[in-house]
Amino acid sequence: MKKLMNAADDMVDEALAGMAAAHPDLIRVIEPNVIVRADAPRQGKVGIISGGGSGHEPMHGGFVGTGMLDAACAGAVFTSPVPDQMLAATKAVDGGAGVLHIVKNYTGDIMNFELAAELAQAEGIEVTSVILADDVAVKDSLYTAGRRGVGGTVLAEKIVGAAAEEGQDLAAVTALCQRVQDNVRSMGMALTSCTVPAAGKPTFEIGDDEMEIGVGIHGEPGRERRKLASADEITEALLTPILDDMPFSSGDKVLAFVNGMGGTPLIELYVIYNKVAQMCADRGVTIERNLVGSYITSLEMAGCSITLLKLDDEMTRLWDAPVHTAALRRGA
Amino acid sequence: MSTFDSPAFRRFVETFADRLHERRDELTQLDSAIGDADHGINMDRGFSAVRGKLDELAAADLGGFSKGVGMTLISTVGGASGPLYGTFFLRLATSFGDRASATPDELGEALRAGLDGVRQRGKAELDDKTMVDAMSPGVDAYEAASADGMGAALAAAATAAAAGRDRITPLVARKGRASYLGERAANHQDPGATSTTILFESLRDAVAES
Repeated sequence: MKKLMNAADDMVDEALAGMAAAHPDLIRVIEPNVIVRADAPRQGKVGIISGGGSGHEPMHGGFVGTGMLDAACAGAVFTSPVPDQMLAATKAVDGGAGVLHIVKNYTGDIMNFELAAELAQAEGIEVTSVILADDVAVKDSLYTAGRRGVGGTVLAEKIVGAAAEEGQDLAAVTALCQRVQDNVRSMGMALTSCTVPAAGKPTFEIGDDEMEIGVGIHGEPGRERRKLASADEITEALLTPILDDMPFSSGDKVLAFVNGMGGTPLIELYVIYNKVAQMCADRGVTIERNLVGSYITSLEMAGCSITLLKLDDEMTRLWDAPVHTAALRRGA
Repeated sequence: MSTFDSPAFRRFVETFADRLHERRDELTQLDSAIGDADHGINMDRGFSAVRGKLDELAAADLGGFSKGVGMTLISTVGGASGPLYGTFFLRLATSFGDRASATPDELGEALRAGLDGVRQRGKAELDDKTMVDAMSPGVDAYEAASADGMGAALAAAATAAAAGRDRITPLVARKGRASYLGERAANHQDPGATSTTILFESLRDAVAES
């Protein structure tokens, strides 16, 4: 294992301290490992918080700031944060208008957020939760824990954050977040594994001529292991299930998000985006907005994911609204 | 012994903590086959934290002691195990209330409340291949045998929990991270059902020691 680190156990703490030192105008870090917007709490504004295991940077801490998240809870690498963190975050951002928890669909995350919500409600703070579950690689059935929350989470945090910033109430931002969830689909793939610092060795073995299609963001197994293929074939393998699942059809307006998994350069992501644009055009699907870059990662794993969100006018307007965070800045 | 008091609860918690520590690698190994390879690490971290505050926690009544254990687990374990085992001990606490000791029937009621809490928190049912598959038969067996005394009932519970753990090994998981694996999770022993069996064995042995 080669990493820029001091000690594996100190990595999350030191990274958070580094973020606080780099962005004092945007954020502060409070105990226990919660990144909070510098000007929180904002009276009368709905608080938007998220969180999860570390190792997916810039998600979620890099999205704390104006027009996106009010706080993010950082767990150990790939491990859900504990309820104390979500409770501290909820209290730190509550401006009297309630707090929305944006939760990715993993068993641990769900239960820890649920406990935190009960504790916050016991202290008189109104809390709602929306679960993001957009990974079409996992069968959505009664016989699994359901789809994983992946790339759609980034889009939800931006759009819902903008709605809260312009003063929408808790019921409205909760409904909007659910609408984003209902209209977003993603799928990812890996060229290489990743190494959890505390584990010290790669999470899975993969040959130089192989790839994992349908991978999660923690190195969980995907749909299938295949021989390495061209970028165009990989794009088809990811985008076709997404287009068919929703389904996206002629006349739909979408936001297309091509995401790097941490170890893939932007030049490769644009090669993927080029094919995404062609395939959408072939189906008569209009890409109204896009995002290309590494925003929800799996440590140093090489690979990508594709996310499509079916836009309505309000979502498009909120996507365009000003945002100022460490990882995403536009119009502010 | 016909009652369950604070010293017995302390022996139970200490025994469970010792055995989780001893079997940490075994639990993690089971979890790496069908989960995310952290069950032993997380449980050991949580119960080491409990052990560190045992004198403080044990000073409370039975309910307060159990609540302290539950809150400590929720704050330190993380993942799914923290909320699940934390909820188990919190429900025990509510059921014990401010009693100094519990009769065999009262311990049975507390265990039943703990099981109900785990089921609600995890939304798991029998045959989903989770800790519920060990805990549910354990509590059923306790209740069926409680007329024979606490020691006999706990021995029956531990045997039933172990049988539940083994019964689900061939199954496909329907909850938790193992559910992503589909058929690939079949024929692997479940780590959560294994730690729950250790819980019942620790309870049996802690009470038998007195």
